[in-house]
Amino acid sequence: MEDKNILNLKNLNVYYGDFRAVKDINLDIPKNKITAFIGPSGCGKSTVLRAINRMNDLVDGTKTEGEIIFQNRNIYNPEVDAVSLRKQIGMVFQKPNPFPKSISENITWGAKINSYKGNMEELVEESLKEAALWDEVKDKLNENALRLSGGQQQRLCIARAIAVKPEIILMDEPASALDPIATLKIEDLMKTLCMDFTIIIVTHNMQQASRISDYTAFMMTDDKRSGNLVEYGKTSELFIRPKNKQTEDYISGRFG
Amino acid sequence: MDIIRQRKNLISKIVFQMATIIGIVALLILMFSIFNEAFGYVIFVNEKSPHEIFNSEKNLGEATKEELISILEDNISKGLMRRFNFEQSFSERSAENILELVMTEVVNPKIVKAWSLTSSLFGKKKIIETLKNDYPKGNLEFRSWLSPNFLLSPQSSIPEKTGIITALTGSLMLLLIAIILAFPLGVGTAIYLEEYAKPNRLNNLIQLNIYNLAGIPSIIYGMLGLAVFVRFLEPITSGKIFSQTINSTANGRTILSAGLTLGILILPIIIINAQEAIRGVPKSLRFSSFGLGATQWQTIWHHILPYSMDRILTGSILAVSRALGETAPLILGGASTFVAQKPDSVFSKFTALPIQIYQWTARPQPEFRKVAAAAIIVLLVLLLTLNAGAILLRNHHSKKKKG
Repeated sequence: MEDKNILNLKNLNVYYGDFRAVKDINLDIPKNKITAFIGPSGCGKSTVLRAINRMNDLVDGTKTEGEIIFQNRNIYNPEVDAVSLRKQIGMVFQKPNPFPKSISENITWGAKINSYKGNMEELVEESLKEAALWDEVKDKLNENALRLSGGQQQRLCIARAIAVKPEIILMDEPASALDPIATLKIEDLMKTLCMDFTIIIVTHNMQQASRISDYTAFMMTDDKRSGNLVEYGKTSELFIRPKNKQTEDYISGRFG
Repeated sequence: MDIIRQRKNLISKIVFQMATIIGIVALLILMFSIFNEAFGYVIFVNEKSPHEIFNSEKNLGEATKEELISILEDNISKGLMRRFNFEQSFSERSAENILELVMTEVVNPKIVKAWSLTSSLFGKKKIIETLKNDYPKGNLEFRSWLSPNFLLSPQSSIPEKTGIITALTGSLMLLLIAIILAFPLGVGTAIYLEEYAKPNRLNNLIQLNIYNLAGIPSIIYGMLGLAVFVRFLEPITSGKIFSQTINSTANGRTILSAGLTLGILILPIIIINAQEAIRGVPKSLRFSSFGLGATQWQTIWHHILPYSMDRILTGSILAVSRALGETAPLILGGASTFVAQKPDSVFSKFTALPIQIYQWTARPQPEFRKVAAAAIIVLLVLLLTLNAGAILLRNHHSKKKKG
């Protein structure tokens, strides 16, 4: 691929106990692009996503094999600190989950714990503007974030992730709990965000993947229910001329 | 078919209603019997009637200071007068103070008969008859055994003079020590078990033991307290190690020993409550914190503890209110049944409300049962205050969580 890669997944295997959830994933993720993971439920796409910022470490009994190369080193090396890794690879979750604090505190908390030295007010404004939320909340920055609507909460979560200034933002079905209008806003937002960040998104929604992503990875489960990568390529090519029969069946809606 | 189903539904509803009603009735009977004892008519007889000692048309309460002093001089020994003068000279004493001396030393009213609230309300004729026939010199008065005097007086062997201040201070100091020990320890353990401990065999064993400890009879904790705090750690719990020259008769049977015993008693309850509270923190909150690059400690301190603190506090308050009512461990830990002085340090001998109540009900004089009823009301008010505090706290915090 002609784009510069930021992340390389090499023979990635993830186990939950004895169960191999993800099998031999090999994948390069290009910088400043949107890469989408699609596939039926339980195919391991969220598992792969959580492996990228070592969120899987938080689940007991999870074992990861293989390599994920980020900034020239394997993030599963013993000397890599998962905490500082997560500052560089942020995450937005399926269900909007702002902290039960004020809107501005939601933004500043991540900066505070990372001993951010700059002006907090500027950071709040900048992050909210980047997340296209500033105009809606600028008059109520001290209100509890849980009073916002679902779509606003999700954009706040994106703003919160941006405020830490990561390299990559992982999004785990960020719009699946939202209505179509809120979904559209999030999608527009992602397109502008990928100028500054690399975005990796997991989605159920194939139209969404085809609308916003530059690259698409299609995953499927094999006969042992382990997820493996079936096809990966430019979104424009994968959706129009899928090389694999399974991909073609899935995107044409024959199953899944 | 349908009729049978509906009838079954109706029957079960009635059964559950009955269960609730039985519970409420039992509670009402309990409350009634306490309040019934705590108020009522009493007949008291004066050793010397005020008119006898004060040759005046006036009431004793209207007498001047000089008149009161002369009454004292006429009626008590010179030695006693000197002692009172030595304690505080008569010129410095107020008129009220001297009136009190006259009342206790000369008039000295004694309660000879007491009635419950119901017989006072519905049998007044009979009471007056008793007064006329059996106690021609007696006076009838409606008495609340729960009075400011009762709350502020130390213990006494005379029922109308006895008070609850020793037991009340004892209980409050016990609770304070128990909280200081058990709260940080309990919350810390809960955090460790929920956040750090891996589910291996050892930790499962610890968890199982904590559940078991919460169900152990409190007298066993009393044995533990006796063996460890009273006997083994005696140099510390009696204060000798700090070279304090306080009453050596306590021998480790001090407030500190008993407070620590109560602390250990409520520790497993606090741990379990705090664990459940921490477990109730949504996973999403944890993930969003970790996702921003927070360490485990930052996540715990900034998100998990604030989110679960209301439930931790509610559970702890309920545990403390259990400690307030505990009697058995205190008896084993050496709570004294008669302490005339307020405890002044953690190394003092002490008594506590439940012990005091038990001791009063065991006395032969029927008046002490009235005193015990008044003490029970104090204990109940204390418990209800604690529980109401817990509820207010919970409501306050759950409002915050919802935004």
